[in-house]
Amino acid sequence: MEGDVVEYRIDRQSGIPAYVQIVRQTEQALRMGVLQVGDRLPTAKEVVAATAINPNTVFRAYRDMEQAGLVRSRRGLGTFVTRSLARPGAEDDSPLRADLAAWVARALAAGLERDDVLALVTAALDEHDEQHEHDPGDRGRKQEDA
Amino acid sequence: MTGPDEPAALHATELGFGYRARGDRALRDCGFTVPRGRITALVGRNGAGKSTLLHLAGGLLRPTHGRIRVLGTAPDSAGARTRVALLTQDKPLYPRFTVADTLRMGGKLNASSWDRRVAERVVREGGIALSARVGELSPGRRTRVALALALGKRPELLLLDEPLADLDPVVRTEIMATLMAEAAERELSIVLSSHVLPDLEQTCDWVLLLRAGRVELSEDADALREGHTLLTGHVDEEPALREHTVVHRRRHGRQLTALVRPRGPVGGSWHVERPPLEEILLGHLQDGAAPKEAAA
Repeated sequence: MEGDVVEYRIDRQSGIPAYVQIVRQTEQALRMGVLQVGDRLPTAKEVVAATAINPNTVFRAYRDMEQAGLVRSRRGLGTFVTRSLARPGAEDDSPLRADLAAWVARALAAGLERDDVLALVTAALDEHDEQHEHDPGDRGRKQEDA
Repeated sequence: MTGPDEPAALHATELGFGYRARGDRALRDCGFTVPRGRITALVGRNGAGKSTLLHLAGGLLRPTHGRIRVLGTAPDSAGARTRVALLTQDKPLYPRFTVADTLRMGGKLNASSWDRRVAERVVREGGIALSARVGELSPGRRTRVALALALGKRPELLLLDEPLADLDPVVRTEIMATLMAEAAERELSIVLSSHVLPDLEQTCDWVLLLRAGRVELSEDADALREGHTLLTGHVDEEPALREHTVVHRRRHGRQLTALVRPRGPVGGSWHVERPPLEEILLGHLQDGAAPKEAAA
């Protein structure tokens, strides 16, 4: 049981509500295995003292995650992670991650920039979705509209 | 957290105030309710009546028309004086006092509710030495000492008149963080006037907007975000806006940009965006913005 494992960063210009940003960053940390079952989330006071956002925003984010079954708040003790979103293969030391790191190094060496790399990855994912058209998803629908 | 029967942080009915010397009224026909537990942005252009409203709520001025209640009582009642703290723009501090003297004075003036630990923590968080003289502190640190006095009183309602004016962005964020942390820990309602709209974006969850002495908005911040759309399109599409409340519109060549409060689906072909709070407030503050009633 550890506190202090995540730190939230709030982008004020993004137009994404702060509570959504907190939920997404928590999910991200769960997926990456940075947060694990039993970990304590920072208290609302800790979050707002670090980010200067409205405390009600933090309460709302934690409430939403509790309803989604990701965390549970225990009175007087704090809010604890109850479920992991980590998928095998997403950890720091996984073979997939190592493959990707090597590929990124090749892409950068070939002169691609960050945005080019992201665009390539997105394109590859899109291509994959099209070939396995089990779920058209948002992107597919927009193309039909156009 | 707050029941429906609990008295509001602020409640005004037909509130008006006129400064005798000026003849015209600084506030007129103000009716609004700010629920408890909210962090309220009080916004308006210079001269809109923000300071007057805060002085009325703090009991430093008496209404010439109508009435205002704070936490269910009159602002000049003994109860309100211990439960409400007002930090005015001039931040009355004695320059020759040390910080420690200043806090000691705060303790004496608010003996019944004073919390020395809170006051000292607020000062310490700003890295201010207790032995420093108030007159020698930077504006940001003076604001922090004044805030320590206000928070040490453990108020249920904190009224702040432009606490962030003249402060650099780092200090502004630090002061806001201190306020938010205080509000996270216990039931505290804050009403804060400011011109620095971006600072209000993620901090305030209620908006009280004054326009030429009248209340134009008193609303939940998320409801405001969801209730407004920013439309960009060809000027020929303008008639489609007739059924809706257009807060602000701007023409540039053939392009029309409009901040709209739609009453149902908007016809026509528009590029639709959800504006940030800052843009909504700006739209309501700008010249040429449609007054609340005349829009229909």
